[in-house]
Amino acid sequence: MTSSVEHHVSQPYKYGWTTEVESDRVPAGLNEDIIRLISQKKEEPEWLLEWRLKAFRNWLKLTEPSWANVEYEPVDYQAISYYAAPKKEKKLESLDEVDPKVLETFNKLGIPLEEQKRLAGVAVDAVFDSVSVATTFKEKLAEHGVIFLPFSEAVKQHPDLVREYLGSVVPATDNFFAALNSAVFTDGSFVYVPKGVRCPMELSTYFRINAAATGQFERTLIVADEGAYVSYLEGCSAPMRDENQLHAAVVELVAMKDAEIKYSTVQNWYPGDENGKGGIYNFVTKRGDCRGNNAKISWTQVETGSAITWKYPSCLLTGDNTVGEFYSVAVTNNHQQADTGTKMIHIGKNTRSTIVSKGISAGKSQNTYRGQVKIMKRAEGARNFSQCDSMLIGDKCGAHTFPYIDVRNSSAIMEHEATTSKIGEDQIFYCQQRGLSAEDAVSMIVNGFCKEVFRELPMEFAVEAQNLLGISLEGSVG
Amino acid sequence: MLEIKNLHAAVDGVAILKGIDLTINAGEVHAIMGPNGSGKSTLAQVLAGHPAYEVTEGSVTYEGRDLLGLEPEERACAGVFLAFQYPVEIHGITNAYFLRAAINAKRKCQDLEELDPIDFMEMLEEKLDVIGWTDSLMERPVNHGFSGGEKKRNEILQMAVLEPKLAVLDETDSGLDIDALKAVADAVNKLRSPDNASLVVTHYQRLLNFIVPDFVHVLARGRIAKSGGKELALELESKGYDWIKEPAGV
Repeated sequence: MTSSVEHHVSQPYKYGWTTEVESDRVPAGLNEDIIRLISQKKEEPEWLLEWRLKAFRNWLKLTEPSWANVEYEPVDYQAISYYAAPKKEKKLESLDEVDPKVLETFNKLGIPLEEQKRLAGVAVDAVFDSVSVATTFKEKLAEHGVIFLPFSEAVKQHPDLVREYLGSVVPATDNFFAALNSAVFTDGSFVYVPKGVRCPMELSTYFRINAAATGQFERTLIVADEGAYVSYLEGCSAPMRDENQLHAAVVELVAMKDAEIKYSTVQNWYPGDENGKGGIYNFVTKRGDCRGNNAKISWTQVETGSAITWKYPSCLLTGDNTVGEFYSVAVTNNHQQADTGTKMIHIGKNTRSTIVSKGISAGKSQNTYRGQVKIMKRAEGARNFSQCDSMLIGDKCGAHTFPYIDVRNSSAIMEHEATTSKIGEDQIFYCQQRGLSAEDAVSMIVNGFCKEVFRELPMEFAVEAQNLLGISLEGSVG
Repeated sequence: MLEIKNLHAAVDGVAILKGIDLTINAGEVHAIMGPNGSGKSTLAQVLAGHPAYEVTEGSVTYEGRDLLGLEPEERACAGVFLAFQYPVEIHGITNAYFLRAAINAKRKCQDLEELDPIDFMEMLEEKLDVIGWTDSLMERPVNHGFSGGEKKRNEILQMAVLEPKLAVLDETDSGLDIDALKAVADAVNKLRSPDNASLVVTHYQRLLNFIVPDFVHVLARGRIAKSGGKELALELESKGYDWIKEPAGV
């Protein structure tokens, strides 16, 4: 059932691809000429090309990390085409033309009708024209001086800002995948919230309506200047498939003095079939820098998709009194593998961090939490609280926890709690005896397990995330 | 309402029930008594459809339907309720949420609209009034950290809310002190009506002083060895179970 829904949902509309697309694709392989070609196609300034080339030269010296608790066939980096023009899908006339199974999934997720149309590629009617809505949002943002642009647009319109912050949190040399991204990234998002401005809306709303097709090597840079606030949501609960198996995104957040950034993710990439074939490899580098005093960065993620997830949204607590938070739900089913967690690096004085990680494993999946808390020498009075809970469904899956704690200042206060539980046959039967189906029972128990994290999500997505969990675990009991 | 014919059931290949025959009509309260290991709880679990119990022979008809052909949740929606001997703990879910999910699952089967939290709380207050309780334990996680008495009371509260046609009470008296026992029995009595029926499984006669049955059946070695009126329970109390076991001749 699950696999067939996934399958239908994930099919690209086969008649929607135009031949032009093929002609605007660079040949497979990676070398300096390809990078020059990408940069040229994107009409980039010289400094950015140089930055890419530097990243590429570094990448050549790096080796692919193998420490994560995941297994996959080696990726042939020379077999990938690193640039293709955006694809155009043929618009459908109405929802009646959409596969009913796709609609069933949308309904289960509780996605509003207008948005269903957009996701399914149906032309939206004039009353609710997404372009006009997007324009309204744009005007509202501009009124407050908030810059929110596709990355390549930002490079053209605000080169100085981009140049000042790009790579300042995740250097091009940071790790194998970040270096690769730096060399070949094609697009992404850029956000700048000026001093003292509270961004008037969840950038998610705008983002979802505008829904830039996410690329293989996405680059996101969000800067909240002094006293600014912004909440950003990436991803979508609707199943997403991409022909590109390897995804290596980089997200950089910069929070200046008294600023706050809330970054939420709902990730539902295609996880592969029941045997784990064909799923997305999601190797992401996400890091935020609380650069000024009293800054706060909060990561919330709900990870249900991808065949392999390798992802550690982290916080550099550079300024004094800064706060870093990480709330995560990672669900794995069938043959999915997730190695995810966070790093909290306490550099400033009186810095605080909170980690709440909920891992749920079903089927034959492996779910690993890997977290590092590091208290540097001058981080007087630092505090960390970590809570890592694992839940197992069935007896063929695995849950693993690898906490790394490195304290170099004796005034630090560290707390770590961990639990492992299992959804038992008796719990399910008890719920069934009260009238709930086995699947609803699992969904309810799992949602109860995750509620500390869901609480952190923007309201509209909390509901979808709950439904998504139910769908992801369909067929995991029987 | 319920007709059990020649019911045989096994757990892990071991035969426990070896030919139960029992008929329960609306408005009746039946008590099932018997020594440890006689199959009392197995009968309760089989009626509710626990997957670990395998029915090997016989039939159970409930309101004209083949009960054994229904999923546990379908039985629940059809009005079969089991008050568990060992109520299960569920972390992270409040009692209120769980109970509302249960009542809404039932309402869905009956093509009724779901209750929103406000309507639900109103309905809950009414039920608490009926059974004369004040503390509903609603904001605590389902059975988590409950005392033995609280767990059993919670089962009865769920029963009050779900209004079953057939309630099976599996050793609801075990682990209760006398005051708690009275409170539970009192609530069960208040829920009695000519339209519903109860099957009360118990090891001790004590409970039957408070919930007075119409019929008493004694289970021994997987069969009903003796049936009678409420006075049979008193006889068992004074004589023990041994005199029943012998003439069963199994």
